[in-house]
Amino acid sequence: MFVIQYFIPHYPFNRMSHWFSDWFAIILACAIVLGALNLMKISIQKVIKKKPGWGYAVVIIASFLLITIIGLSEGEGFREPGTWFDWLYVYVYTPCSSTMFAILGFFVASASYRAFRARNFEATLLLLAAFFVMIGRVPVGDIISGFMPEGARLSNLASWIMTFPQTAGQRAIMIGIALGIVSTSLRVILGIERAHLAGE
Amino acid sequence: MKYYPSTSARFTAGFGCFLLALLFSLFSLSVLAQEEPAETDTASLSVTPDSIPLEYYPLPPTNVRVKDAPNDAGGSIDVQWDMSPDDVPEGKVKQYRILRAELIEGQRREFIEIGDATAGATLFTDGNTEDGLDYIYKVVAVNSLTQNNEVVWEAATESMPAGPVRSSAQWFDRQRVNALVGVLLLCVFIIYFITRARAGKELFIRKIAGLEAVEEAVGRATEMGKKIFYIPGISDMDNMQTIAGITILGKVAELAAQHETWLEVPVCRSLVMVTAKEVVKEAHSKVGRPDTFHEDQVHYLTDDQFGYAAAIDGMVVREKPATIFFMGEFFAESLILAETGNASGAIQIAGTAAPAQLPFFIASCDFTLIGEELFVASAYLSREPKLLGSLKGQDMGKAVILVAILIGIILETFDIWSFSTLFSVID
Repeated sequence: MFVIQYFIPHYPFNRMSHWFSDWFAIILACAIVLGALNLMKISIQKVIKKKPGWGYAVVIIASFLLITIIGLSEGEGFREPGTWFDWLYVYVYTPCSSTMFAILGFFVASASYRAFRARNFEATLLLLAAFFVMIGRVPVGDIISGFMPEGARLSNLASWIMTFPQTAGQRAIMIGIALGIVSTSLRVILGIERAHLAGE
Repeated sequence: MKYYPSTSARFTAGFGCFLLALLFSLFSLSVLAQEEPAETDTASLSVTPDSIPLEYYPLPPTNVRVKDAPNDAGGSIDVQWDMSPDDVPEGKVKQYRILRAELIEGQRREFIEIGDATAGATLFTDGNTEDGLDYIYKVVAVNSLTQNNEVVWEAATESMPAGPVRSSAQWFDRQRVNALVGVLLLCVFIIYFITRARAGKELFIRKIAGLEAVEEAVGRATEMGKKIFYIPGISDMDNMQTIAGITILGKVAELAAQHETWLEVPVCRSLVMVTAKEVVKEAHSKVGRPDTFHEDQVHYLTDDQFGYAAAIDGMVVREKPATIFFMGEFFAESLILAETGNASGAIQIAGTAAPAQLPFFIASCDFTLIGEELFVASAYLSREPKLLGSLKGQDMGKAVILVAILIGIILETFDIWSFSTLFSVID
């Protein structure tokens, strides 16, 4: 149906993707209960059986109950500014989430250190490309290479690497992905691929 | 008795009047001097809405054409026109205004304004029509002067009316013929090679290091007596990468069940949890070990992206699994997860079709399935002819694209651009 509706703009095909999306959203909203119940069940079992790390399970249960009770007690406008739910969201959830995201900076540094070690020809090529792109993206790059002709300055070199070799590589991957998606979809549609349905 | 003023009294009164008139004139002049702007457009002062000189009126647009907007679901009409001769830079046309009138039972209703277009435009799409109803259109060239966001004067000339026209929905989007041809061609290749594979034809599939290492990774966990973590990404079951990830999960779960190794699947979507649970359960049954399956193996954590990453990082740090699989769609959390796994010393195999996350996985994991390799994993691991045939068809599609790219490069080098337009896809 999704394939057909892409080629047929006429009603009812033009509405089908919206209908399916709506139904999927409804099913998802109902399914969240399954997830929440599963989380509670496993956490409660962990606490009762005093399994290793049961203290974390207590935090999960307490947080879950706290946010659920506050959200339900504040009625329809529970997300309005000034509510307890909003306070918890802004001053507890958001900082926690931002902290996790901020850790990414340190992980990028450690991963870059590992990736850019010049162990072989490919890694050396990667290191050089990364060096020129990084230095070409900051003002100091053009200051260092200011004596060179306009086209050979580091900022232009960085742009060239990003526009040509990088884009070409990425497009090659994207073409492969698109074909892979079509092929997998066809296998699923034809019933050849049933592993995700716990089939053969 | 009448009173007659004396000569001196008359003189005094006359002089007083003169002085008053003089004072009034001076006062008036001073007020006028204050009200007059520093820079005055003489045209704006000399032209009022009631008296706009004829030379301020632009020539009207000509040759107005109306037609049903093509390749749509109805409800739209395209109005096209030839620009007014006065529509030149710094010319008299400031904008075009589009008027529409309904035609009901042969009677034309009043023209109403339905939109406008900037000077230089020659097309307007009226996206608010009722299918089956006749409409007549006019295009108006407008010249105007605006000061302080207020229109001082406006001179407009209308085109001849065009129509009637009615909108309708189409049954096929002709702009997508190329996409249809491409999909059909790919389907033909895939079905052809599946048929060949079914007939027993041997098909060569190149080695994929990441998939070759799956068995070794599971074996390592068995030897070390530690867990295997399987992370199926953070997208839901409507995503093809998640489906591919779940498919690979089945193969990994079979191996883990055979080796009696604990496979843990923390998920962040309820539907993925339900599906993964069934897949792992089935895998245990398939290898004759249904008793080794535990409901807790597949469990839900949270829908939140960084909450999920934090939970998995915590589990990895505490439990130190021997092997971690990342198979599915990942976003910014990819590096947070992979670097934590790397620091814990686990062997890591990742697979994703998210191009932005691939460098992170390549940097942090031992093996990475790049893009399409994620989708071939199921066929590669099962070695089932039907599935392998589909891979061959996929490769054939890739060969066609490669040839098209080469032809495109050659033609565009020689300044022939029309070939590449065959591949443009309009959303």
